[in-house]
Amino acid sequence: MVAWYPITPSTSLIEATTDLLKKFRVTPEGKATFAVVQAEDELAAIGMVLGAGWAGARAMTSTSGPGISLMAEFSGLGYYAEIPGVIFDVQRTGPSTGMPTRTQQSDLLSTAFLSHGDTRHPVLLPGSMKECFEFGYAAFDLAERMQTPVFVLTDLDLGMNNWMSEQFVYPEKPLDRGKVLTAEELEKLGSFSRYRDVDGDAIGWRTLPGTAHPKAAYFTRGSGHNDAAGYTERPEEYQAVMERLARKFERARTMVPAPVEYRNGKAKIGFLAYGSTDFALRESLDQIEKEHGLSADYMRIRAFPFAHEIHDFVASHERVYVVEQNRDAQMASLLKLDLAAEQVVKLRSILHYNGLPIDARTITEEFRTKEGL
Amino acid sequence: MATATASGAAGPKLNHIGLPIVEYRGGKSTLCAGCGHNAISERIIDAMFEMGVEPERVMKMSGIGCSSKSPAYFMNRSFSFNSVHGRMPSITTGAVLANSTMKALGISGDGDTASIGMGQFVHLLRRNLPMIYIIEDNGVYGLTKGQFSATADIGSRLKTGVINDLPPIDTCALAIQLGATFVGRSFSGDKKQLLSMLKAAIAHKGTVLLDVISPCVTFNDHEGSTKSYKFLQDHDEPINEVGFVASFDDIEVDYDSGQVYDVEMHDGSQLRLRKLLEDYDPTDKANAVRTLMEAQEKDEILTGVFYIDTQKPTFLDQLNMVDEPLATLPESLTRPPKSALESLMANLQ
Ligand SMILES: Cc1ncc(C[n+]2csc(CCOP(=O)(O)OP(=O)(O)O)c2C)c(N)n1
Ligand code: SF4
Ligand SMILES: [Mg+2]
Repeated sequence: MVAWYPITPSTSLIEATTDLLKKFRVTPEGKATFAVVQAEDELAAIGMVLGAGWAGARAMTSTSGPGISLMAEFSGLGYYAEIPGVIFDVQRTGPSTGMPTRTQQSDLLSTAFLSHGDTRHPVLLPGSMKECFEFGYAAFDLAERMQTPVFVLTDLDLGMNNWMSEQFVYPEKPLDRGKVLTAEELEKLGSFSRYRDVDGDAIGWRTLPGTAHPKAAYFTRGSGHNDAAGYTERPEEYQAVMERLARKFERARTMVPAPVEYRNGKAKIGFLAYGSTDFALRESLDQIEKEHGLSADYMRIRAFPFAHEIHDFVASHERVYVVEQNRDAQMASLLKLDLAAEQVVKLRSILHYNGLPIDARTITEEFRTKEGL
Repeated sequence: MATATASGAAGPKLNHIGLPIVEYRGGKSTLCAGCGHNAISERIIDAMFEMGVEPERVMKMSGIGCSSKSPAYFMNRSFSFNSVHGRMPSITTGAVLANSTMKALGISGDGDTASIGMGQFVHLLRRNLPMIYIIEDNGVYGLTKGQFSATADIGSRLKTGVINDLPPIDTCALAIQLGATFVGRSFSGDKKQLLSMLKAAIAHKGTVLLDVISPCVTFNDHEGSTKSYKFLQDHDEPINEVGFVASFDDIEVDYDSGQVYDVEMHDGSQLRLRKLLEDYDPTDKANAVRTLMEAQEKDEILTGVFYIDTQKPTFLDQLNMVDEPLATLPESLTRPPKSALESLMANLQ
């Protein structure tokens, strides 16, 4: 199920998706095995995604900054009520309407914590065309496995421009539809509690509407609930659910795409970057090596929450440059929340946010100045 | 017959799928005693029981408000989603698209629908999504302690003395104009009419909009309110007497056909609208809207079935979707073969 509201630069993604669905998701009888809905706004688009995800379908929407802002309240519901859904954000230049036809990586913090209260979401950060394809289906597996909304952040550069790409590889693994109880399984168990951590993985079992068992139904709500999905205002019941959600998010570190280490020659200086910054940074590292005889290491972050390898990478370097395309050093800020205090002081930022894709020379020059080379 | 008695004199009455009414009950209501919403929950239980709807085939959807809490108080065996304020329509749209074999019952309030949720409400109506949408309409925001809502009538007075001077939104007129295919208004205190309308709603295919006046005993049931029990008892003007004969019931023909507007429902049951307003034709859209607008000018609260269209394609028809739920389609139908990707790649070379 795809629900969306037009916005540059995310419209191309939906248009291409719709064309492919029409081509490959029609039965021999001519019936659609999909639904695409042009919603009345982004609130409705994500509402439809969560409704469909709750009822058991894979559902997605695609938007850009202003749409993300409108999805805030529902994202929190998805997090707290534990409903799968995938939100693609093809980032453009903010704040506000900003420059709709220019690129940026400035929705990282707003998506990672979208909504009020203690809310957090997995964010996938593809860095190439091939990864856009791979993270596309990985996001659905992750959303259903973790029972939570998953954000996939690309940007205008990746989302609208033409690219040379490696061939996409057909996925060999079957879909992961997550922990869903059937009527037969429920019959054997006798009963179930929607939000109880029976397997120690911080993820409960869910039933889908229509499961033919008198004990299959449960009450989904964004208000305080206990592990049996009952309404609660009792401190310990509320807190137990919130703590389990925190544990679930912690586990996601190993479930999201791991970072890619391009160079780790045990240099003193390391670089961290993500998304479309990759190409410029790799060229810049060559320039730095050629022009300054300095070889630096580089790890590309591919998701939030951060994998342990990212912590190790920072720990094993003296200085770590975080290169990104926004004014406020959003990735560096997010890392600072996660790293130990003695690691935080190692971070330096190289920022580019004028709306044009980042280029190697900008990074090299900024690095040279900062290092006093 | 609709009902049978279980063997043994003391056995409870069972409906035609063999369930007693307790299987349709919900948790104990935490709403105020006497709240109209409680009476509506009771009628929903009766209607679902009498229609023999399998509880597991029902999705109870709601927004936020006292009204939106009420799905917890009926049909515990049904799947329930209490979402966020004003957004029940989108949640329901997604859920129905994911599993179109389910019966969706949406419960909303006048605040939930006609203020914060207006955008989603009107677009839902345009789509004619198969669902029953009930507005439990008390003219105020009960949950946030009684502020006026957008369905409050001009001149209606709050206990605090505040008088509403903005025109009310007539959700039924809107629904008729925008494409809902079964539109009516009832009163939580009119057991018989509400029950018949709910049963017909269950039989309908398409968007049903029922605006049910449901007095808030705590904030809007005093002298000066136009949504009080007293006011409704004095001003309720049924436009037709609603009768319903389920497809599994014996159909008796004992009426004067000139006085009754008979509608054959999608599932073979009959909706019988005995005309109380002369020559009222519930399939005439323009007339239905005009009748509602004229009644508003005369301070009359019309109730009954205002409009019905059993033929209009639903949103599902328009999307040309498979009959099976998208939610449980096998991977063989949802993941295109390797050759599909290969041909796409070849085309890009
Ligand atoms: C975004 C948001 N804004 C405001 C509220 C507060 N709020 C909760 S219920 C409600 C009004 C409910 O009125 P109505 O839908 O008429 O339901 P009733 O309680 O009268 O049945 C409001 C304003 C909220 N929950 N969410
Ligand atoms: S406050 Fe009003 S609407 Fe809410 S439960 Fe009480 S009577 Fe009902
Ligand atoms: Mg109300």
